[in-house]
Amino acid sequence: MSTSQLSTFSVDRYRFGIPVEAVQEVLRYQPMTRVPLAPDAVGGLINLRGQVITAIDLRHRLGLPPRAADELPVNVVVRTPDGAVSLLVDRIDEVVHASSEDFEPPPDTVTGPSRELVLGAYKLPGHLLLALDVPRAVDLALA
Amino acid sequence: MDQMDQMDEMDEIVGEFLVESHENLDQLDSDLVALEQDPGSRALLGSVFRTIHTIKGTSGFLGYTALESVTHVGENLLSLLRDGQLALTPPITSTLLELVDAVRLLLASIEATGSEGTPDHGPLVARLTALLTADPADPADGQRIGEVLVEAGSTRPDDVALAVLEQQVGDPRPLGEILVEHGSAAAPDVADALEAQAGKRGAADSSIRVDVDLLDSLMRLVGELVLTRNQIVQHAGDVADQDLLRASQRLNLIASELQEGVMKTRMQPIDHVWSKLTRVVRDLGLACGKQVRLEMEGRDTELDRTILEAVKDPLTHLVRNAVDHGIESADARRRAGKSEQGVLLLRAFHAGGQVNIEIVDDGAGIDPQRVGAKAVERGLVSADELSRMSEREIVQLIFLPGFSTAAAVTNVSGRGVGMDVVKTNIEQIGGTVDVQSVVGGGSTFRIKIPLTLAIIPALTVRCAGDRYAIPQVALVELVRLEGDGEGTGKGIEHLSGVPVLRLRGSLLPLVRLDAELGVPPVAPSADGPRATFIVVLQAEERQFGLVVDEVLDTEEIVVKPLGPQLKKLAVYAGATILGDGRVALILDALALGQQSGVVHASRGRALAERLAELAEPPRPAEPLLVVGLADGRRLAVPLAMVTRLEEFDVGAVERVGSRQVVQYRDEILPLFDLSSYLGAIGEQPEPGVPLQVVVYSEQGRSVGLVVERILDIAEQVLTTRSDLDEHGLLGSAVVQDRITELLDVRQAILGVDPYFYDERPLLGSGARA
Repeated sequence: MSTSQLSTFSVDRYRFGIPVEAVQEVLRYQPMTRVPLAPDAVGGLINLRGQVITAIDLRHRLGLPPRAADELPVNVVVRTPDGAVSLLVDRIDEVVHASSEDFEPPPDTVTGPSRELVLGAYKLPGHLLLALDVPRAVDLALA
Repeated sequence: MDQMDQMDEMDEIVGEFLVESHENLDQLDSDLVALEQDPGSRALLGSVFRTIHTIKGTSGFLGYTALESVTHVGENLLSLLRDGQLALTPPITSTLLELVDAVRLLLASIEATGSEGTPDHGPLVARLTALLTADPADPADGQRIGEVLVEAGSTRPDDVALAVLEQQVGDPRPLGEILVEHGSAAAPDVADALEAQAGKRGAADSSIRVDVDLLDSLMRLVGELVLTRNQIVQHAGDVADQDLLRASQRLNLIASELQEGVMKTRMQPIDHVWSKLTRVVRDLGLACGKQVRLEMEGRDTELDRTILEAVKDPLTHLVRNAVDHGIESADARRRAGKSEQGVLLLRAFHAGGQVNIEIVDDGAGIDPQRVGAKAVERGLVSADELSRMSEREIVQLIFLPGFSTAAAVTNVSGRGVGMDVVKTNIEQIGGTVDVQSVVGGGSTFRIKIPLTLAIIPALTVRCAGDRYAIPQVALVELVRLEGDGEGTGKGIEHLSGVPVLRLRGSLLPLVRLDAELGVPPVAPSADGPRATFIVVLQAEERQFGLVVDEVLDTEEIVVKPLGPQLKKLAVYAGATILGDGRVALILDALALGQQSGVVHASRGRALAERLAELAEPPRPAEPLLVVGLADGRRLAVPLAMVTRLEEFDVGAVERVGSRQVVQYRDEILPLFDLSSYLGAIGEQPEPGVPLQVVVYSEQGRSVGLVVERILDIAEQVLTTRSDLDEHGLLGSAVVQDRITELLDVRQAILGVDPYFYDERPLLGSGARA
């Protein structure tokens, strides 16, 4: 049995977790520059201390309805082999310790395209925590 | 601990030795080749000797015995050459070059593995030793110092002759000393001459070695500083604080100077790359049995080292190509009435904020007929497309992927990859390459590249509320039209969805940025837009106008790459951070032009795209210029071939033989009256009404087509009835609901004047059957 630390965040009514080591930083809403002609999941470009980072809207990636106009997304900046990428999420939650014993493959409750991006779920007291497949989430070539 | 320090120190010494030796070897290559041209040069021999001597000494000290032994024999041979006891012959040069190669291999091995390996230099050492005992040459070289002095005007030839005579009768003193004693040369002049003779290599005292990584990180930091500076300067302008304003202005100046200074540290003369080419040309010339003289102009032209690195391979390829395919064998040259020795000229210079590099050969040139035939054979263009291309355009086809003209595949080039890679590599660093060629006269490849990649000047524009940056390299001019620019005589002519701007007589296709980017246009205010802004851009050989909402500013921007999610979007060359900290996308002019169709994709990039285009039966719409004849008939010609629309007074028309001509732009433009040729009879033109002329250029010849009126521009290829008739009509099509005949201008002209195109060799019209 092993435990891992997961950064968790909410998108629509789902809670997701990714390993803390994958997270570079979390930023409140940043002004974004839209990228015409880009895939719809690209929310825009943000200036992260002089670096230009692509922000990917997880709601769009997961096939969830768009955010209300007055709700501003939060940036979860993750490290990838091709540099940092920001994931736009609704809300940042706490860091949790999850045990591999509680881990299960993707539950049937998750369907549609989002299933592709989920590695599995941790059964935590009171709710399920979905483990996001970060490399797939940032690879827009995958549907 | 002590031992560790020693180890480190040792590594450092070896590292320095390797760096220094590599540099010296490059110098050696060019020195040896230069020596072949000037075998008596003691300065060159001295330089070569010193290099080998230094490597020998250091390798002995570091315990590299193989290196030491092979350079030792080389040194012996060189000392004989230097002292004039042996004359340099081509076999000796070849053996010495082999020595340089052997040394290079050993150094590479030391660099990679830390040891020399177990190379066998027996045969090479034996050959070097054999050369040592060759016939001693006439030691007449001793007069060189005298020549130097005479050339410098420090003494007279007679005095030198006298001094030499004295030497020959037994005076043991050096020539300079004798001259000084005679009072026929001043001592300082002699010292200068000796120094000049020894060659200049004394920069060591005033320069230091710096790790390239350090320079790269400095450059990156300066880039960030420039961005921060831009932000502070902008904010300081908003805050009414005199001290802050002054401080920010100083910061502005200092940052600019620092940027310039750091950029200079990364600049290297192009000779770093060129010096390697002397060897390439020599070896290749020998291998191909050709005599090639390499000349260089502007070898101290400096450019950023990353760019230098990036042009190395394309440049080498072009030079190899010039020797292999461009310059003919001595026999062929003699038959063509040229000197047996071909000349390959490399020229570099700064112009317009860019580095220009030219590779000029006086060889056979590129035959457009062969290029065209090959391109058709390979399916790169259709015979029809080819027939509409100018010679110059045809020659550019060599840059298409999958093109290779080498009749026989040699081990030198002609591997089928090449020119397209050259083009791609140069475009990757924001440069351009083109070729001009005269059959029988030679070819000129012209490369233009930016001075540096990191920081570029750019124009910022606004479109649909967003700001975009356009690199100034692509910028030709800015045009501002009042209102929406339409219907105001010389403004935008909006013809059936193809907007064009009549700019100083030429037709400039327009592209709306918002439409290309698929963003909703900004709704104009109630009384319409106050002005329309057009950014005229250059993409390949074509210009087009980009319509934007507002032109903002010019600004130095730092190019940041886009993430892999956006790499497919060719219209963006990257992104940058503007003065207010917001991100702006950088537009790629060429990609925009290609996407919108104003730049012909036939010279575009991927072969796959090209093939897909050919495979699909509906050909991409090609803009046509629609003109009217006297009896109301409509004719269409490809807009791409139309260079200008002009009006001429009837009185300006002159007759040359059977042709009607006008003087036009210092040239004689033949006129061709379409109405009378096609039997369209209408009312006689009223006197005083100017002639409407479409200047049409094809295959390097221009002709003025006289029409009744210019009607429209249409981007439509509908069902064509393609039966070719003797009148040069390709067929007819329905253009804008009207039957319009498609004119094959070339064929039509030949129908009237079969000799019109014969003044220059051209592609046979058989290609079009």
